[in-house]
Amino acid sequence: MAATYVSYFGFVIKSVRGMFTGGPRYYAWLSFLVLLMAAGAAAYYRQAVLGLGVTGMTDQVSWGLYIANFTFLVGVAAAAVMMVIPGYLYHDKAVKGGVLLGEMVAIGAILMCLLFVMADLGRPDRMWHMIPPFGKFNFPVSMLAWDVLVLNGYLLLNLHVPGYLLYKRYRGEEPAKWLYLPFVYISIVWAISIHTVTAFLYTGLAGRPFWNAAILAPRFIASAFCAGPAFIVLVLEIVRGWTRFPMGDRLITFLRQVVLIAGLINIFLLISEIFTEFYAASAHVASARYLFFGLHGHDALVPWIWTSISLNVLALLALVSRRFEQRGLVVRNLPLAMLIVAIWIEKGMGLVFPGFIPTPLGEIVEYLPSANEVVVSAGIWGLGLFVMTVLIKHAVDIETGAVAKNN
Amino acid sequence: MSGGSRIRPGDVKRRGFLKLLTALTAGAVTAPADAEAFDLDAFLQKHFHQMSDDEKRRTLQRLEQDYNDKYERDDFTVVADGPTPGVKFAYALNLSKCIGCRRCVHACVQENNQHRGREERGDQVEYIRVLEMEKGSLDLEKAVHDYDHEVPAEDKYYMPVQCHHCNAAPCVKACPVEATWQEPDGIVVVDYNWCIGCRYCAAACPYWARKFNWIEPRLPADEINPDTHYLGNRPRYKGVMEKCTFCINRVRKGLNPACHDICPTGSRKFGNLLDKDSVIRRIIDHKRIYILKEEVGTDPSFYYFFD
Ligand code: SF4
Ligand code: SF4
Repeated sequence: MAATYVSYFGFVIKSVRGMFTGGPRYYAWLSFLVLLMAAGAAAYYRQAVLGLGVTGMTDQVSWGLYIANFTFLVGVAAAAVMMVIPGYLYHDKAVKGGVLLGEMVAIGAILMCLLFVMADLGRPDRMWHMIPPFGKFNFPVSMLAWDVLVLNGYLLLNLHVPGYLLYKRYRGEEPAKWLYLPFVYISIVWAISIHTVTAFLYTGLAGRPFWNAAILAPRFIASAFCAGPAFIVLVLEIVRGWTRFPMGDRLITFLRQVVLIAGLINIFLLISEIFTEFYAASAHVASARYLFFGLHGHDALVPWIWTSISLNVLALLALVSRRFEQRGLVVRNLPLAMLIVAIWIEKGMGLVFPGFIPTPLGEIVEYLPSANEVVVSAGIWGLGLFVMTVLIKHAVDIETGAVAKNN
Repeated sequence: MSGGSRIRPGDVKRRGFLKLLTALTAGAVTAPADAEAFDLDAFLQKHFHQMSDDEKRRTLQRLEQDYNDKYERDDFTVVADGPTPGVKFAYALNLSKCIGCRRCVHACVQENNQHRGREERGDQVEYIRVLEMEKGSLDLEKAVHDYDHEVPAEDKYYMPVQCHHCNAAPCVKACPVEATWQEPDGIVVVDYNWCIGCRYCAAACPYWARKFNWIEPRLPADEINPDTHYLGNRPRYKGVMEKCTFCINRVRKGLNPACHDICPTGSRKFGNLLDKDSVIRRIIDHKRIYILKEEVGTDPSFYYFFD
């Protein structure tokens, strides 16, 4: 027993040392992220002192950039499952190495989700009201209570599986199946659930016709399985380009296909949504009209949504044509980056904000994030990417044998 | 850059990026003079339903003390009068009579100690929104919110909207920490010491009835109404949700809500739904009733009627 602890302790020490050892480019990247975090922390302090009034949110548009980012990142986190399915279930060697990296991305993404929810709270000092034995958790009635629960569960699962596998790898031992496989199965279902529950957060609101649509949940999943794997491909490309991490083309090819298919489904669902909204010209169309064409001279979101749709379509055309697959690093990944941006816009400017415009009483008040809000968000991204980076570095160290028990 | 500038909280002006950065680097963020200091008792305070009678009593005392200190007064009372069995409150508003003068809006702000904004209308927390509607249409999208002329105007009618105290309240379902609930007498309340400020309830409410304290509420000491109820008009904090409570501090003492009493046209009717002889029952039984957004299924305790 004692020996196990000593060994585990050694693992942690060596891992941490490995995480912060790297070339000048690595340090430059980490320093940049630390700068973002510092700016974000200062801006958050200002928000904590003065209140959420320092954001651009109002009683009319009462959720903004924070919840938009949260919604987007839930998708990225859920997408790790796309790598888990083939990797663990079918023992596809080419995919297996990448699965670990995908899970690291998921950990960083969930961390950001939780931080964005926290940044959005008016009373972060009362967070403990959500923790069951002390607080009063409105479960299972409140969708937000569900969401908090599933997100934390997903975080634990994603910490356990790769943590265990890496530790075994470090010791040069075979992992015991029963200690991780059941959790892998659970995490697959769980990944879908975090995203579905997040969709229900919106669709469950009968008083908001723009969100109260059955198509929202499937669209959520489709766009997540487009942007998420796209994000992971970018990570894999960077890892492949800069380290000796063993990874073939197959994994990336596979993920690019996932991105393409999910992207096409997403566009198809978008078209059906637009058709139903506008063809029948129901009374519910106000938010959609505001979003796509502007309403009574208010049109702040119009350029955003059309940018998003154009990026979406162009990127998918590029992927379908397969013309760029063999090109250089930047060219072949450009469509993926475009999709990520497009779906990020779609979640914030296309989904969260227009749900509030017009208000249930028909008032139109537009929303733009304030500088303070943008800096806080950048800080959270900085922190999430920092965690992702060092975790991925760690996985690379172990997989390449740079950190092992016997060296 | 000013999206919803009309209702921006007055104290926090939007700043340019540069100004912000200078402020951040200079560490020039100072707490407003009247900001709450950290208070362990307040921090550890339990959910209203989880407090014993004794704990409730001590909490009310502590709050009275806090408010007296904060607003430099000595006459604050914070009560927690409970519901009376056999009473279920309901409200009815006569759309044929309302002239849109907004006197109810202001009486409400006074009675309930809301955050006072700057001079411009709409910059303070208001529980009642009076809509100017086209005659012959119930379409909220055509409603005018910021009309500013002699009332009543030709070809218009007026529809004040406030919390409907829904019997199937979406806000209550939404809240992740049960900080908002419906009392046995029908009043939907918020525990301002339990709310975590997530604003999910505001997204859920179909009547746009919930208002958030985006900044430390400004409440001039000489405009305070010191007779308060724990679940009602006691002063609120930065970062919590609030809303109409049918003036819980008044109606549980047998009075009518402030908006009811101020109305110069007698458009507003209030009473006990379970009392067969009440004015509210007479209206429901004999008048043409309109329920706003009935299709959403909120089962409100607030009715509109016509003569
Ligand atoms: S009107 Fe809105 S705030 Fe009032 S009870 Fe209904 S949902 Fe809740
Ligand atoms: S803002 Fe407060 S009352 Fe509303 S849902 Fe959140 S915790 Fe509940």
